[in-house]
Amino acid sequence: MSKPAIVPAIGEEPIFRPGDQIRISDRSPIGHYRVPQYLRGKTGSIEAVIEPTLIDNEEEGYGRNAGSKRHYYRIAVPMTELWPDYAGSARDGLRIEVFESWLERI
Amino acid sequence: MSGTDHDHHHAHAETASAGRPGYYDMMETAVRELLVEKKLIGPDEIRRQIEVLDSRSPALGAKVVARAWVDPDFRARLLAHGRSACEQEFGITFYDDTDLIVLENTEKVHNLIVCTLCSCYPRPVLGLPPDWYKLKPYRARAVSEPRAVLAEFGTILPDDVEVRVSDSTAMIRYLVLPMRPKGTEHYSEEQLAALVTRDTMIGVVPARIESARTPS
Repeated sequence: MSKPAIVPAIGEEPIFRPGDQIRISDRSPIGHYRVPQYLRGKTGSIEAVIEPTLIDNEEEGYGRNAGSKRHYYRIAVPMTELWPDYAGSARDGLRIEVFESWLERI
Repeated sequence: MSGTDHDHHHAHAETASAGRPGYYDMMETAVRELLVEKKLIGPDEIRRQIEVLDSRSPALGAKVVARAWVDPDFRARLLAHGRSACEQEFGITFYDDTDLIVLENTEKVHNLIVCTLCSCYPRPVLGLPPDWYKLKPYRARAVSEPRAVLAEFGTILPDDVEVRVSDSTAMIRYLVLPMRPKGTEHYSEEQLAALVTRDTMIGVVPARIESARTPS
């Protein structure tokens, strides 16, 4: 007999897995957002899913959905993707944590 | 000190604040006084938090690094989950509820940490950041020309060493685990900790035998 299928709620499971290719959203909402401008619109890959989920301080800061948690990812972006004239090894890279709400699958 | 070897005819830098406080000084005072007046926080809580911050310094991080150098099991736990390893092994609490990723430097990878948005820093393990860490030149250049920044600290890396810059933005803090210097095989854990300076744990310089501090 098969186990009953457990359906996780939306947002319960991370959408991305390590190795997935992503783009960081190029949006400019009003307010204070913890995604630096130099990364918006840039592409990279998921290095790790940060477990457990963490409080989305962008929402928290405005008292919206206070205490709600989101999946958070460690992202790898090559320096050459950020700076076309980057002086250094092509393997040099940036690492940064970004909430799921700012990531698009490519 | 006698007056003969230090005559006070020259001006010393004023320690007490003089003149009008700056915009943000006034804002901080106003917000703090309002919070106290409305009984949201009390003076004791403010003093307590200052004591919490004062109790954190690079000496804590140095102990963590030295333990990781001598204890492979601890090193594995530290790299797997930095915060819980620091909490369990050293009782270092993360009062700001940040998480900690420990970044291991190797012969092939050199890590550097920065906060481009402000001054996120692993305060629970290192205390307050140095001023240069908070200033815009370091914050901008660490992510755009990290090798030039490292070279200014005297750290010149060959091209086959990958530079990884971790930009701390919200909930995660970083601590660099520098490479253990060669020739320290016979060192005690305490002697090793004395080689681990603040800058080695930010990733701007390697740990060196010559940089030994007097063990505290």
